[in-house]
Amino acid sequence: MTVDDRFADLDWHRDEYGARGTAPVTGPVSDWTTDFSHVEPEWSQNPYPILDDLRQRCPIAHTDRFGGAWLPTTFEDVAAIAHDTDGFSSRSIIISNVRPPLDIAPVGVAPPISSDPPFHHGARKLLLTVFTRQAVKKLEDATRAYCHELLDQMQGREVVDAAQDYAQHIPMRVISDMLGFPPEDGPKFAVFVHNALEGINLTPEERVAKSALLTDYLYAQVQDHLANPRDDLTTYLLETEVDGHKLDPFHVLGTMALLLIAGIDTTWSAIGASLWHLAKTPADRERLAAEPQLMATATEELLRAYAPVTMARLVKKDMHWHGVDMKADDWVLLSFPSANRDPERFERADEVVLDREENSHVAFGLGIHRCVGSHLARMELRVALEVWMERFPTFSLADPDGVVWSLGQVRGPRHLPLRLG
Amino acid sequence: MKVLLDSGRCQGHGRCYDLAPEVFGEDDEGYARVHGDGVVLPDAERVATLAAKNCPENAIDLIQDNALQGATS
Repeated sequence: MTVDDRFADLDWHRDEYGARGTAPVTGPVSDWTTDFSHVEPEWSQNPYPILDDLRQRCPIAHTDRFGGAWLPTTFEDVAAIAHDTDGFSSRSIIISNVRPPLDIAPVGVAPPISSDPPFHHGARKLLLTVFTRQAVKKLEDATRAYCHELLDQMQGREVVDAAQDYAQHIPMRVISDMLGFPPEDGPKFAVFVHNALEGINLTPEERVAKSALLTDYLYAQVQDHLANPRDDLTTYLLETEVDGHKLDPFHVLGTMALLLIAGIDTTWSAIGASLWHLAKTPADRERLAAEPQLMATATEELLRAYAPVTMARLVKKDMHWHGVDMKADDWVLLSFPSANRDPERFERADEVVLDREENSHVAFGLGIHRCVGSHLARMELRVALEVWMERFPTFSLADPDGVVWSLGQVRGPRHLPLRLG
Repeated sequence: MKVLLDSGRCQGHGRCYDLAPEVFGEDDEGYARVHGDGVVLPDAERVATLAAKNCPENAIDLIQDNALQGATS
């Protein structure tokens, strides 16, 4: 084997954000139609009434915050944008006060989620085979055993924090095993996830400094895997070839960052939000305990009602779009949670119906960027809920005011005090 | 009944092969494939219909028997 010199003299702290920064604007929203903000407490506490209201009377809101952003709220508009890769770029998919330079497209900072066609196709293809339903099935037994292990540690306790003690650990363990990272690094992953997804309304300098911590960690993992190749995703990314060439080092690091961050926060949020709903809704909890065969429709319904992920796009060029004037480099907040609650698409859209059979929700997005880990996430959510319901069928919110929701584009409980029994 | 899958729209969500394994399978990248010629046996019509209604991309069309007969007569 020839020495892999791609990473030898790499300045891995490249200045991704040299292009355009804007000053953070914080504080209460004056008018949700013209000044929306998805990083204020009112939103993170309960965004659904805001989205329902905007959908009825707006339906595309705007804000000058973040240097200008749009918020479409109907299923139709969200689907149209997700499918329109000519009009909307994925070169950054988390709204912040920094827009990565135009020339980072079509690769983006975390391929393939940040990639546009035509580059996107090959970068995604690499990952699809690793995350098929068949591939994911092989991880189910270990995931189930790990869920039991976590609950063993809670046995005998009256009150547990289901977000901290249970939900977060499941996807952390699964994805760190897949990437071949040390399982004891979980606390570090929690910091990286927080920085990437919640540390968003910061100055460009602060944001860059925080993202460097993650890149440093990934760079060390790359060096370790180059020295000791093994059967895991990191080694796969280092060795795989597209069109006869190994991947650009920033492609490797960006994809590792994507898998780690997106693999953890989203599923953590879905498991937590589902347990929160069941804890506060005794009729649903009792029904699911009595009729475990409902788990398949119930997990899809909980994904619809509490879809954790909102994506973002950047407008490619000035255009009049569905009644509004969008400018090049305006952000678009792509709210799958809002699409999932559009009464034009779903009957009883604002209710959780555990046996809903017709459910074409878009919790995992639409179009070419459909969540590459959706089969893995579904398995983790189902197994996490099955094991929990089997072990602790009776539980309730121990302290409703003690539930803390994450800020920003991935929404789920970060603290969830539950009373067992 | 017969199913028609628009593979240009399919993005590999996998709802169809989860809900109606009698009718749909998956390729090695997770995209859906129709078993055989897409003709649905009466016993599988319910799950085939569910698969179509759960597809987020609206990639599945159902053709009812009377339409099929109309097309061939």
